[in-house]
Amino acid sequence: MAEYETHEHDVLIIGAGGAGLRAAIEASAAGVSVGLVCKSLLGKAHTVMAEGGIAAALANVDERDNWKVHFADTMRGGQYVNNWRMAELHAKEAPDRVRELEAWGAVFDRTKDGRILQRNFGGHKYPRLAHVGDRTGLEMIRTLQDHGVHQGIDVHMEQTILSLLKDGERVVGAFGYERERGRFKIFRAKAVVLATGGIGRAYKITSNSWEYTGDGHALAYEAGAELLDMEFIQFHPTGMVWPPSVMGILVTEGVRGDGGILTNKKGRRFMFDDIPENYRTQTADNEEEGWRYCQGDKNARRPPELLTRDHVSRCIVREVKEGRGSPHGGVFLDISWIKKKLPNAEEYIKRKLPSMYHQFKQLADIDITREPMEVGPTTHYIMGGVRVDPDTQMSRVAGLFAAGECAAGINGANRLGGNSLSDLLVFGKRAGEFAAKFAKENSLGNVDNAKVDVAAREALAPFEQSRGENPYELQQNLQEIMQDSVGIVRNETEMKSALEHLGKFWQRVKRLGITGNREFNPGWHTALDLKNLLTVSEAITRAALERKESRGAQFREDYPNKDDALGNVNTMVSKAADGSMQVRREPLPEMPDYLKQVIDEMK
Amino acid sequence: MSTAVFKIWRGDRSGGEFRDYATEVSEGMVVLDAVNQIQATQANDLACRWNCKAGKCGSCSAEVNGMPKLMCMTRLSELPLEKPVTVEPMKAFPVLKDLVTDVSWNFRVKKKIKKFKPRPPDAPDGTWRMQQQDIDRVQEFRKCIECFLCQDVCHVLRDHRMYEKFIGPRFLIHVAALEMHPLDTADRIEELRNAQGIGYCNITKCCTKVCPESIEITDNGIIPLKERVVDDFYDPFGWFWKWVKKKLKG
Repeated sequence: MAEYETHEHDVLIIGAGGAGLRAAIEASAAGVSVGLVCKSLLGKAHTVMAEGGIAAALANVDERDNWKVHFADTMRGGQYVNNWRMAELHAKEAPDRVRELEAWGAVFDRTKDGRILQRNFGGHKYPRLAHVGDRTGLEMIRTLQDHGVHQGIDVHMEQTILSLLKDGERVVGAFGYERERGRFKIFRAKAVVLATGGIGRAYKITSNSWEYTGDGHALAYEAGAELLDMEFIQFHPTGMVWPPSVMGILVTEGVRGDGGILTNKKGRRFMFDDIPENYRTQTADNEEEGWRYCQGDKNARRPPELLTRDHVSRCIVREVKEGRGSPHGGVFLDISWIKKKLPNAEEYIKRKLPSMYHQFKQLADIDITREPMEVGPTTHYIMGGVRVDPDTQMSRVAGLFAAGECAAGINGANRLGGNSLSDLLVFGKRAGEFAAKFAKENSLGNVDNAKVDVAAREALAPFEQSRGENPYELQQNLQEIMQDSVGIVRNETEMKSALEHLGKFWQRVKRLGITGNREFNPGWHTALDLKNLLTVSEAITRAALERKESRGAQFREDYPNKDDALGNVNTMVSKAADGSMQVRREPLPEMPDYLKQVIDEMK
Repeated sequence: MSTAVFKIWRGDRSGGEFRDYATEVSEGMVVLDAVNQIQATQANDLACRWNCKAGKCGSCSAEVNGMPKLMCMTRLSELPLEKPVTVEPMKAFPVLKDLVTDVSWNFRVKKKIKKFKPRPPDAPDGTWRMQQQDIDRVQEFRKCIECFLCQDVCHVLRDHRMYEKFIGPRFLIHVAALEMHPLDTADRIEELRNAQGIGYCNITKCCTKVCPESIEITDNGIIPLKERVVDDFYDPFGWFWKWVKKKLKG
């Protein structure tokens, strides 16, 4: 067998965004050795893009807020297919996780009495998002990074994991390569935490970077874990639509939280036209009340622009489809109108939304203090992911943990804005804590060198066919199929045809060819990531076909309504013994009475 | 749709050369779009870093027509496209391949800076109170996306290669953010003067000019830090007062 550079850690964490960093900090605080693998440089992970804030019931701005309200909001937003225990832990623990960041040096915006300021966001009953202007993710990742590097964590930058290594039924490490020289590496570990984020690159229009190819989802699936509710993909309602090169880049929901309104080409605030039944009592029925809410009037209800993301996205699609869209195929998002209400509107906008101001000025020549933006839905987040134990974050594979976007359960059929950053902190910490505990109770396992050799040969295969197919082209074909056939509006015919295409893509993956050598070769990396993208694309499509109803982020035009029976199940994808992908339904865990009562009280 | 030519540096540690790539350009494109397009269609192995494509992660730093820039925020409409656009790696760091440089020195430097050390909490629930006006300056520094363009353009690093004696503008701003943090209690002034070499900065403000986040690195960060060093080490009254404080404590 070949010789590979080998590293040993008690806990190996794959992914260095919010969840991975938080897990690394927790595990190393528990006294075990920690290795942290990042696909890019440290501090560049997608968490850095998060804009709006971290949802936590601190009750600094509205004293009526508490974990129960946050819990009920999260469940309602997720259409009640969330894992109740994760939603409970999340709501209860998020405030401590935010305060902890402050103790580690984060500098949040302040209330008048000097506490952490909180802002309004879609689906949250009270102002709940701790934030720093519209660059909260940067503040969070930098705080975790700067705190973490002083804890003796070994950081392996610009390295990609290709497969997980098992000893019997237990995960005992990972096999991957480093980008700089293209050399293979073995990481031996007693416990492995997946914190690899999302799958956005499976779609053409996305707010995600090149890294988000479903690596953790695919690694877990191959290792024998289950993927839960993969059909639920969040299309964020407000991505940039023009110019073409910036299509998909995120426009924070904070714009709407701070008073921004959505209008169609006729100037109508179309969000007032369709307010879902279960939100009617919480939603303003006139423009004046909506504005008062954004200005902090506690007796006002929130404007319909702050309904959940799944609903707002669908309303935008409807406006565009029915010919009422903006010139470049979106709708208008206008914050400049507040100059009618506020004397210092320009300064207010620049202070509250500095990077949005910057982004539109620089990339689209638009001054958002003076004119409306054009926006449309963009693939943003996957609610589905690795099924984990709600308390420990361990998957059904011993020693394999998952946290953050690549894990599933907390968000149900739709995630509320702001609940992602808090999810990363709450469950990143838990994953780190329980992975460390697992590592203390177990020894290093054996690595099967023969299997490693096979994985290495497979990874190098594209070099042997330098005249093979261009990996970028295949990636683009895949993105187009997923965008067109498994996007915001779905039906069985299109999804079945998508499955056929995916079958062909699996064949094409074997024919990919690479030019150049192994050193920092993005063509090679794209080819390797494609297998993960295909795995998650297939899982999404099969789960979406299985859920024959419309719920949250899944909208099926052939089943446009909710089906109560399906409201009681999760979809579960796993790899069968024969290597094929299996989908089944599983009943939701029974919610205890005290939580049912909370939900009833908050109705 | 028109075509533009990009002269991209291709090579590795052992050397390299500019190569011309013609590619189609459309409205609103940025330099990174052109580089990614060339990568996807003509040069699959062209190495470059990027992530967010929205000026938030600071990965795609390079020198475009000789100017240190984020490729994702440099629109083609700002450049004279009748001439080839040159794109080359940052010069202050060793090249790994094509547009990718070895920036690991920056991560090693940061690790040596004393970490945040807050005063005891102000409230019984373990929280602190800070006024917005007292944190505005720190928040300005914390906008830094670690693109290292300021390091690239700083002549102490770029021309004089004083990596062992000087931490560069990025980390002076990092120290400033810690030193001016209302809750922080650690003292970093001695290192600033010695190990971190703040004296080597002669305030040419090149760093401020290239900062994509428009942080006033020199005026708001480095100069006040220099003043603190002066107060601590060269002001006889300050020196005497420190001596007295030390005696009293001792």
